[in-house]
Amino acid sequence: MKHIFKIAAILVAISVIWIALLESSTVPRSYTWLLPIYLVVALGCYGLFMVGYGLMFFPTCPQEAVLLQQDIVEAKDFLAKKGVDVGSE
Amino acid sequence: MEAAAAGRKRAYSIIVPTYNERLNIALIVYLIFKHLPDVNFEIIVVDDGSPDGTQDIVKQLQQVYGEDFVLLRARPRKLGLGTAYLHGLKHASGEFVVIMDADLSHHPKYLPSFIRKQKETGADVVTGTRYVKNGGVHGWNLMRKLTSRGANVLAQTLLQPGASDLTGSFRLYKRDVLEDLISSCVSKGYVFQMEMIVRATRKGYHIEEVPITFVDRVFGISKLGGSEIVEYLKGLVYLLLTT
Repeated sequence: MKHIFKIAAILVAISVIWIALLESSTVPRSYTWLLPIYLVVALGCYGLFMVGYGLMFFPTCPQEAVLLQQDIVEAKDFLAKKGVDVGSE
Repeated sequence: MEAAAAGRKRAYSIIVPTYNERLNIALIVYLIFKHLPDVNFEIIVVDDGSPDGTQDIVKQLQQVYGEDFVLLRARPRKLGLGTAYLHGLKHASGEFVVIMDADLSHHPKYLPSFIRKQKETGADVVTGTRYVKNGGVHGWNLMRKLTSRGANVLAQTLLQPGASDLTGSFRLYKRDVLEDLISSCVSKGYVFQMEMIVRATRKGYHIEEVPITFVDRVFGISKLGGSEIVEYLKGLVYLLLTT
């Protein structure tokens, strides 16, 4: 249960900071109340950005399909000569 | 380890679980031998009672390559991936164990890079990753890439797993590390692969990655539906709470 404790600790730390900000009035109250929402939105934006970025630069390898087909032909050739049944699929 | 295994000492045991891979198993065996010319290895085929005659093909391959190098350790029916690895492990005499899929999505040409990486770094686990620059995937449409990427971002944020490709199953393990990890994992399917890597990170094992390319030829047949997504999310929550 170790990783969840790390996450819980981070959440507790954030809550403590938030409550401390609410108690002292260094930042206007109305703004402070909305801070958790801003945090969630920021996290969401980060997540969306990471997904979009990853999708844009998703590594592909179309040439590998061609190479694989060549390997399959070579393999079938060799195995057929050695008496292995490479007929059906 | 059975008595016969003690007689042959291999550096690498390659465990390939199969189910209805009559043609692919022959191709894979050929390619493994092609790409590991000077390596002391054995291939252990764990077939779950394939009705298409996969085991007959393996026996033919044994005639070509030798029964000491191509081992058939079959099981009566589909009994799950984790137990397939365990079953293969029982008959493995290698100091290192490679696990890979039989459907040619994992290409044996990457085996030397796994071996090299392990030798260079002394890693406990070397895992293949499709999601880095020299890696890649072919055969996935946009939706599939989107779900893969979304799942990955979620898992990386929540779990800090120590690997960029969590659901990949092309890996090299030190033998005792594999035994330790399998005995502590309880999930099924691809969540099992995720659990293996996350537990390896939590236990402080040294994990390295090598780029691999993944040609998916079966994607058209199996669709990634809502139930798979639910299973994945359930798996994530389970891993979040128990690792």
